[in-house]
Amino acid sequence: MTIPFSNPDRPNSYIGKTVPRPNAAKLVQGRGRYVDDIVLPRMLHVAFSRSPVAHAKIGEIDLDEAKAVKGVLRVFTGKDLTEVCTPWVAVLAHLKGLKSPPEHALAVDRACWVGEPVVAVVATTRAAAEEAASVVMVDYEDLPVVTETMTALDKDTPVIHPELGDNLAFRRLHEEGDVDAAFESAHKVVSASFRTARHTGVTLEPRSILVDWNPAEGQMTAYHATQAPHMMQTVLAKHLDIPESRVRVICGDVGGSYGIKVHVYPDEVATAAIAKVMGRPVKFIADRLESYTTDIHARDHEIEARIAVDADGKILAMDVDDWTGIGPYSVYPRTSAIEGNQVVNLCGGPYDFANYRAQTTVVFQNKTPTCQYRAVGHPIAVAITEGLVDMAAAAIGMDPVEIRRRNMYADDAYPVTSPAKMKFEGLSHHASMDKLIEMMDYDSLRADQAEARKQGKYRGIGIASFIELTNPSPFMYGIGGARISAQDGCTVRMDPDGSVVALSGVTEQGQGTEAMLSQVVAEGVGVKPSNVRVITGDTQVTPYGGGTWASRGAGIGGEAALQAARALRDSILEVAAAMLQAEASKLDIRDGQVVDADTGEERMPLEELGRIVYFRGDTLPKDLPRELVQTRHFITMEYPFAFTNGVQASYLEVDTDTGVVTLLKHWCVEDCGRVINPQLVDEQIRGGIVQGLGGALYEEIHYDEDGQLLNGSMADYLVPMAAEMPDMQVAHVETPTKESELGAKGAGEAGTAGAPAAVMNAINDALRPLGAQVTEMPFTPERILRALGKIDD
Amino acid sequence: MKASAGGYARAESVGHALDLLAGSDGQGRVLAGGQSLIAAMNMRLSVGDLLVDISKISELSGVIVSGGTLRIGALTRHAQVGASQVVRTHAPLLTDAVSHIAHAAIRNRGTMGGALAHADPAAEFPACALALGATMHSEGPEGARAIPAEDFFEEVFTTALKEDEILTSMTLPVAEEGEVQILEEVARRSGDYALVGLCLVKRASGHRVSLFSVGPKPILATVAMAALDAGDLEAAVDAVSSEIDPPSDTQASAAYRRHLAGVLLRRAVARLKGDTA
Ligand SMILES: Cc1cc2nc3c(=O)[nH]c(=O)nc-3n(C[C@H](O)[C@H](O)[C@H](O)COP(=O)(O)OP(=O)(O)OC[C@H]3O[C@@H](n4cnc5c(N)ncnc54)[C@H](O)[C@@H]3O)c2cc1C
Repeated sequence: MTIPFSNPDRPNSYIGKTVPRPNAAKLVQGRGRYVDDIVLPRMLHVAFSRSPVAHAKIGEIDLDEAKAVKGVLRVFTGKDLTEVCTPWVAVLAHLKGLKSPPEHALAVDRACWVGEPVVAVVATTRAAAEEAASVVMVDYEDLPVVTETMTALDKDTPVIHPELGDNLAFRRLHEEGDVDAAFESAHKVVSASFRTARHTGVTLEPRSILVDWNPAEGQMTAYHATQAPHMMQTVLAKHLDIPESRVRVICGDVGGSYGIKVHVYPDEVATAAIAKVMGRPVKFIADRLESYTTDIHARDHEIEARIAVDADGKILAMDVDDWTGIGPYSVYPRTSAIEGNQVVNLCGGPYDFANYRAQTTVVFQNKTPTCQYRAVGHPIAVAITEGLVDMAAAAIGMDPVEIRRRNMYADDAYPVTSPAKMKFEGLSHHASMDKLIEMMDYDSLRADQAEARKQGKYRGIGIASFIELTNPSPFMYGIGGARISAQDGCTVRMDPDGSVVALSGVTEQGQGTEAMLSQVVAEGVGVKPSNVRVITGDTQVTPYGGGTWASRGAGIGGEAALQAARALRDSILEVAAAMLQAEASKLDIRDGQVVDADTGEERMPLEELGRIVYFRGDTLPKDLPRELVQTRHFITMEYPFAFTNGVQASYLEVDTDTGVVTLLKHWCVEDCGRVINPQLVDEQIRGGIVQGLGGALYEEIHYDEDGQLLNGSMADYLVPMAAEMPDMQVAHVETPTKESELGAKGAGEAGTAGAPAAVMNAINDALRPLGAQVTEMPFTPERILRALGKIDD
Repeated sequence: MKASAGGYARAESVGHALDLLAGSDGQGRVLAGGQSLIAAMNMRLSVGDLLVDISKISELSGVIVSGGTLRIGALTRHAQVGASQVVRTHAPLLTDAVSHIAHAAIRNRGTMGGALAHADPAAEFPACALALGATMHSEGPEGARAIPAEDFFEEVFTTALKEDEILTSMTLPVAEEGEVQILEEVARRSGDYALVGLCLVKRASGHRVSLFSVGPKPILATVAMAALDAGDLEAAVDAVSSEIDPPSDTQASAAYRRHLAGVLLRRAVARLKGDTA
């Protein structure tokens, strides 16, 4: 039996509705349990002495003063930890040519970025550990520092890792069709350079880990703010020489991740190693400065790109040369080549064109390592693509909406393979654009813009179509050799009181995964969502799975939950049929009651069935199966990724005297397939847009030429805040994926993917009459005034 | 990071606070609203301080007018300054300033005296004090002192206050009939310190212009003031840009700040003339 999703009045119709989040009250009342809330007997704290320089040979280390600080129990150097912890190399087989040197939990001979952990101090309090860390004396012998991306491969630039030969970590060239010929014969060619700033995720809860080694059991338990508990289980087991089965990773409440918490961090592995050596629980909670210097950074790209169009605005070709600097190490185990690779995969995404060339060049530098952060590569690819499309439209005098309509894949064109060789199962670019134009009332907005201009106000409208990669298959990491599960599982069980418990391998980071699971299971079994308890984030308890990343929770974890719930429903009905002497197919479960499927007449509450099965099983037929626990797994098979699509629009005003941009309104129409919970999806979109607006207007990590990070605090690194955020209107088109019964694709990154390009295009739309254009993010007041030629140095 | 304080004592009175400071061997540090000091301690930019908490000394708080002088106690919270009808009537510049300072939670705790004594070159109140021709009043082992605003702000985070002195209040002449007070600033986000800010006061005696976030301390733009008195806006705009020596930092370059100073002056003058620029 399949679920008639098109009927909103069907019984147990929780999928598709906004239901309350089961964990919201707990979090709002401060009753969440984050890693830092956990206190274990005999627990110690670790703090790190970190490299104050970007590149140096580590000489003498003097620990006497540190050891003398009251409360300090032990101090570890990199060499000490090499005895218990092996280094890692972050490469994957499918990213051909990717290289990276071995990275240690604590730097051994060399420090390669400001903030790299060098010495670990363990004390009875964090304050004592910090006090001692501040008096650790390390002789740093300066080595040449590489900070620039574009000159990293020049002959006279020092090589950071001489054993690797050069500073090139990875390069990939993709070519489709005859790009050069298309450019030569084109009606119009437009080129531009783009820059996206280095930024980071700024999670509310910083990175946190508490590790307990129990020598009696030979078991390590890590309480960890992570997106991928099973991946961490493997990593800790492998590098600390513990059988995988003897590592348990528990991930309770997590205060936001955005990709920051899906990577392996040297200080966290060091914490685990130290716990094993000392046989005592050890806690590490990053502070905000540590967050800025050691959480992964992202988006540090410089791009030269061009587009060729014919007189009708048809895109003939795109050519993209993308460069990114990733710091001194590729980050384990997902690698730091993925972002550049995504730029190659995603440029031109919404458009049906033939000739495409894109190259990404990924280089080493002495800055904080970069890796996957929300909407990996998308905001970059969308900015390049949509920036060029707008410029081409302006160059041939065409409306930006019209040029998109002429190039987007037709809604009935699917399945289709893009020139980047991405396979699209089913997208809705035109339906989404139509909905957007109607929602924003495009024509009256243009009229308002013209009216404002008469009064000397510069307003602009920016449109950005995009695709988003979700529901990844093993093609993302598994084929490269990473032990990162693309499959996910769910176990659903009915207890004697008729309530249901669901255990899932996907995790809750604050985004509402558990709410989504509760309503899917509720509908699948036939109980109220409030009667479903959800358990996630414990490798010893839940089915094995991948966790939260690449917008996979609902699409993969949700489908596993649905199938497990349906299986439990079937086994409940098999028992009910025996008890009621009815045919199982004539029965249904609604609101926790077994009912007659046709009439809806109540036959038996689930708690009665539970009572009989658990306490009076003797009264049931001997050979009747009574398996009230069911597990199902789900993995996508037909498509490497479930692409989604959408389109955003921004309306804003530029103050051409101060350069300040005021966001007036923002719209997004997106298609994530089946919308399981409208409110959760809308808030994912809004939150994602805010993060994208941060990239467009505020967020930028600054380094000086010595590789010193200049803005490592919330006062200096600006994140978007409520007062500057515009009203956002969100709507959906639903094209469910046929790979699953649920039909859900991901929605977690769409907002972030499209917002920066929409803002860029809107600013440039506002500035066009003044002959100015900006392409370097964030669009600070100063960059805007410089584009307007208003600043004399 | 965890703060590392050398000690803490709560002062019952100004005299008690002065005794505590005197007995602290140079390590004493006045704690008022804590909105700058605690943040600095939490980043270990300041360690080992013996904190002398003055926040419970009620005599240091409040707003009074008498005989053409407005007196604001050092401990008066930003939010109280902002809500005070007396301040709005006699020094509307300060009311305006409050709406630009930080966020509600910080304004509830931060004190005007703290902002003046902290002397952040990007802070609003010091520049307001300059534009309004205010006087700072302090108490110390040597007795009370009255320091004109122009002599009070010396360097980044440095004032004429001695280590063992406490700022007790600020006085200023109440706004005369027809006086106009205008504050213009540009910040990246609401509540952020200004990239550049400007105060313009127009009195019978002439214009007063002060700027903040344009150098190591807020300044009075005297050349620009004279130009405005002479009715020459263009000269005044040129003057503000050259009278300041703004820093370049991660938010903006010196050149941008110079440009902005001119823009803000134009806007302030336009408002003075009643245009809603
Ligand atoms: C996020 C954030 C944003 C902010 N934005 C702004 C802004 O936009 N504009 C702005 O102006 N300010 C801003 N502030 C600072 C805020 O206004 C502070 O409240 C103010 O600078 C200090 O006042 P306080 O009472 O908190 O002083 P404290 O933090 O207690 O003390 C600051 C310094 O002044 C000294 N001090 C305090 N009172 C006295 C006294 N009576 N006598 C002698 N010395 C004294 C202390 O010893 C210390 O050195 C911001 C603060 C934060 C945290």
